[in-house]
Amino acid sequence: MSVQYKVVRCNINGKDVERVVDVRASLTDMLRNDYHLTSVKKGCEVGECGACNVLIDGECFNSCIYLAVWAEGKHIRTLESLLGPDGELSDIQQAFVDEAAIQCGFCTPGFIMTAVEILEAGKLYSDDELRKLLSGHLCRCTGYENILRAVKKTMYRRLGKEIDF
Amino acid sequence: MYDMKALYEALSVEEAIALRLAHPEAQIIAGGSDVLVQMREGKRAGKELISIYRIDALRGVTIDEEENIRIGSLTSFSHITKDPIIQRYCNVLGEAVDQVGSPQIRNIGTIGGNTCNGVTSADSASTLHAWEAIVELAGKNGVRRLPIHDFYIKAGTVDIRAEEGEIQTAILIPKASYENCYGHYIKYGLRNAMEIATLGCSVNVRLSPDKSTIERCRIAYGVAGPVPMRVPTAEAVANGAKPTEALLEAFGNAVIEDINPRDSWRASKAFRQHIAVEMAKRALRESIIKAGGELA
Repeated sequence: MSVQYKVVRCNINGKDVERVVDVRASLTDMLRNDYHLTSVKKGCEVGECGACNVLIDGECFNSCIYLAVWAEGKHIRTLESLLGPDGELSDIQQAFVDEAAIQCGFCTPGFIMTAVEILEAGKLYSDDELRKLLSGHLCRCTGYENILRAVKKTMYRRLGKEIDF
Repeated sequence: MYDMKALYEALSVEEAIALRLAHPEAQIIAGGSDVLVQMREGKRAGKELISIYRIDALRGVTIDEEENIRIGSLTSFSHITKDPIIQRYCNVLGEAVDQVGSPQIRNIGTIGGNTCNGVTSADSASTLHAWEAIVELAGKNGVRRLPIHDFYIKAGTVDIRAEEGEIQTAILIPKASYENCYGHYIKYGLRNAMEIATLGCSVNVRLSPDKSTIERCRIAYGVAGPVPMRVPTAEAVANGAKPTEALLEAFGNAVIEDINPRDSWRASKAFRQHIAVEMAKRALRESIIKAGGELA
């Protein structure tokens, strides 16, 4: 086939950008190869593991099964957007460190972007609700309890509430 | 990179119809959580795709001028669950699609894609059958509407006429179908997330104003046959009956008359028959309670 290209304009991590992309590219391909946002991991590439998860207009999507051309006009956020000006970690990233919710780190950016959506809802979720909200990610090292604890702690802290565990 | 031959993008229903007529071999892609996965696995590799995902006119839930609930075919599962109209009039549909895949899948997956796949295990399908939904299709000859029961032809095949350039544009639930109805969906799966139903059961009831009688009961299953199905024998047992524990037993036992599950690697036919009875009883009980009734 002749290769087909398309201009895709979108906003990535607060910056308006524009790039010619191959229509066969997934959003993971575009974010990693064209924008060097390598927090977006290639895991299963079939929408099961959540390692490629990013926020699109405030909602979580597995970017591996999202066509790059669909990003036209969208606001996309990746883990890179969470760092402070001098590379400081955000509260949720620090919580993952504190709770030993990271080992190999492959699932971490995806998990953290889901956590960002959860935290930005500004709601106090129960453990069962948090488990369901985090269920689109696979972690093979630390197990899920530490991850759950990191998200829960940050949720309580942001809402100014005492932690009840 | 996906192994696709070409990608055509429609931004309006008219463009989609024109593209479909111009490329009759092309596969329609909505959210892509099935099509792209199959393409990655090689099953649809090398195919042309027509993307309808960016037709924003096909998103959202409204009440139309005939008082139907109108769900645009590209409305995502998560938006259906969060929608105030769905929560008020057809909560069970929001609860059913909240059991699809994972949060990310529910943000990309669409109700149109879920039904156009024609698979019996689709979490929306049993509820849409139990609520006698209407499927709306648009093609070169205009708009066609048909009951969801007739839309499903056989496993994996639905009544969409590619030669007429048709795409699905909406799912409608008529007022007579949703008014004063309360339902419950049970999905039996081997794990809680990222799971395809071993069996899905959706029940809904409309009680008499004094709540003493079941005026109308409807039940449908997914994975109890090659396509989602209603269970008329069990419905006949419940219609006009008093809500009692004895009725739950009789209702559950009656589902065996109509369902036809198969043996598969997920579960045996005998196991599916066994859980079908129990799921019917539990879903009817919950539906009666949600409708404000009490079990004698």
